Amino acid sequence: MMEFLQYGFMQRALMAGVIIGILCPMIGIFLVLRRMSMIGNSLSHVALSGVAAGMVSGIYPLAMALAFSVAAALGIELLRKKYSEYAELAMAVILSAGLGIAVVLISYAKSINVDLFGYLFGNIVTVRSGDMMLIAVLGSLIIAFVGLNYRELFYITFDEEGARIAGIPVKRVNLLFTVLIAMTITLSMRIVGALLVSSLMVIPVATGIQLAKSFKQATLLSVVAAEVAAVSGIIASYYLELASGGTIVLLSVALLMLVLGVKSLLRNI
Amino acid sequence: MNAERLISISNLDFQYGKDLVLTNINLDIHEGDYIGIVGPNGSGKSTLVKLILGILKPSGGCIELFGKDIKDFNDWERIGYVRQKATSFNPGFPATVEEVVGANLYSGRSTPKPGTKKARERVNEVLSIVNMEKFGKRLIGNLSGGQQQRVFIARALINSPQILFLDEPTVGIDADSQRDFYQLLEIFNQEMRITIVMVSHDIGVITQKVGRIVCMGDGKLLCHPNSSRSEISSMLKKVYGNTMDLLIHDH
Repeated sequence: MMEFLQYGFMQRALMAGVIIGILCPMIGIFLVLRRMSMIGNSLSHVALSGVAAGMVSGIYPLAMALAFSVAAALGIELLRKKYSEYAELAMAVILSAGLGIAVVLISYAKSINVDLFGYLFGNIVTVRSGDMMLIAVLGSLIIAFVGLNYRELFYITFDEEGARIAGIPVKRVNLLFTVLIAMTITLSMRIVGALLVSSLMVIPVATGIQLAKSFKQATLLSVVAAEVAAVSGIIASYYLELASGGTIVLLSVALLMLVLGVKSLLRNI
Repeated sequence: MNAERLISISNLDFQYGKDLVLTNINLDIHEGDYIGIVGPNGSGKSTLVKLILGILKPSGGCIELFGKDIKDFNDWERIGYVRQKATSFNPGFPATVEEVVGANLYSGRSTPKPGTKKARERVNEVLSIVNMEKFGKRLIGNLSGGQQQRVFIARALINSPQILFLDEPTVGIDADSQRDFYQLLEIFNQEMRITIVMVSHDIGVITQKVGRIVCMGDGKLLCHPNSSRSEISSMLKKVYGNTMDLLIHDH
């Protein structure tokens, strides 16, 4: 019944799926509540240009994607200070630059198109041992950071000005957090794909918020929703031979619709 | 005055871009004061409070908090801050009243460690001061405007501050809640000996409630807490027009 577990690639994909199922909503809940969901989209496009640069130069693509997206995250922070009244402008500029570089590099080396497809939409077969190690090590670091700074992140998300007055080093926490967003996106690309990674940061959070009676519950329920979508999506994509990213995101949307539907039914009873 | 000087502002200037927002502000705030900062929109009231709280950096002059230059000051638990309800949070935020109030324990080094039993007890204690102890598990967004403002006061009180700043705290709150709110502030000032500084453009209410008035206009301090009633009255009439009918309350 669980014969897929005998395959090494499925074991790696499921392990990676479980980790990103924790990472994406854990980061995503702070992004959604700060109305910064767009940043995930921007950084994933930059990560894609990093992958393309890695493929063209022969350097490990995920490492290049990580370097590109972290640099872009710092760029967004810098631009947000310059355009403090138009925070979304910084994200749009970085998104356009990332996509521009990716398209130029892809057109420069047409032979990378097939490999790039996996990074765009997610492919469970392509998660190698090296990728798994990177996801496990950096994923643990991100989870530890969020766990240790949970209260600070909560306060900044709820009331940034209040947090600053309370003595929280808001600038430093924001900067580190932006770097973590970039890392999360890069790590999730193998499974969900660059174009869909921001969906896994947003949709499970939308589901969690619908049911939660507190912030702690919202975080936990978002992680549960992402795990259900990630694990079942990876298994479904194995049996149905579908792109894992699209399957995970569609299941995530289906879960949200189910929750909204049940809530609506219960309200009308 | 024998009371301890908590805040001292001297020759304070603040420039935003090329615009001079505050010019040569000099002000002392003492322990036990109940001060209302009034003035028309754009007079620099909120900017002054943001400078005192370290949210903005002065272009010139000096701010001392509890005898320390603001650059070296890090005892933020001694200062509480409540701002205008409408702009302070996203009403759909999935946080309980207890989570919101407990978040401010971060700043208190002498207060209980967040997440502990003592911390929970302290949260309940401050919620009961503002008569909101029954609402701890409720989502903040599901409360009325007046109840939300009480929660924000509880949050500000959690570290037992010596001074409480309130920036337009009654905007968007109904008349009954406003009356309860001012009664609460009076208890804080009279019984708990908390120094209160309140910014408002509602000159009619402020002059009745607070002990001393600071009047601002065009980024300047037009009258000080120690100005006489007639000085304040004539300055307010000048700033707001002659239709003002003042009732300055003595504490």
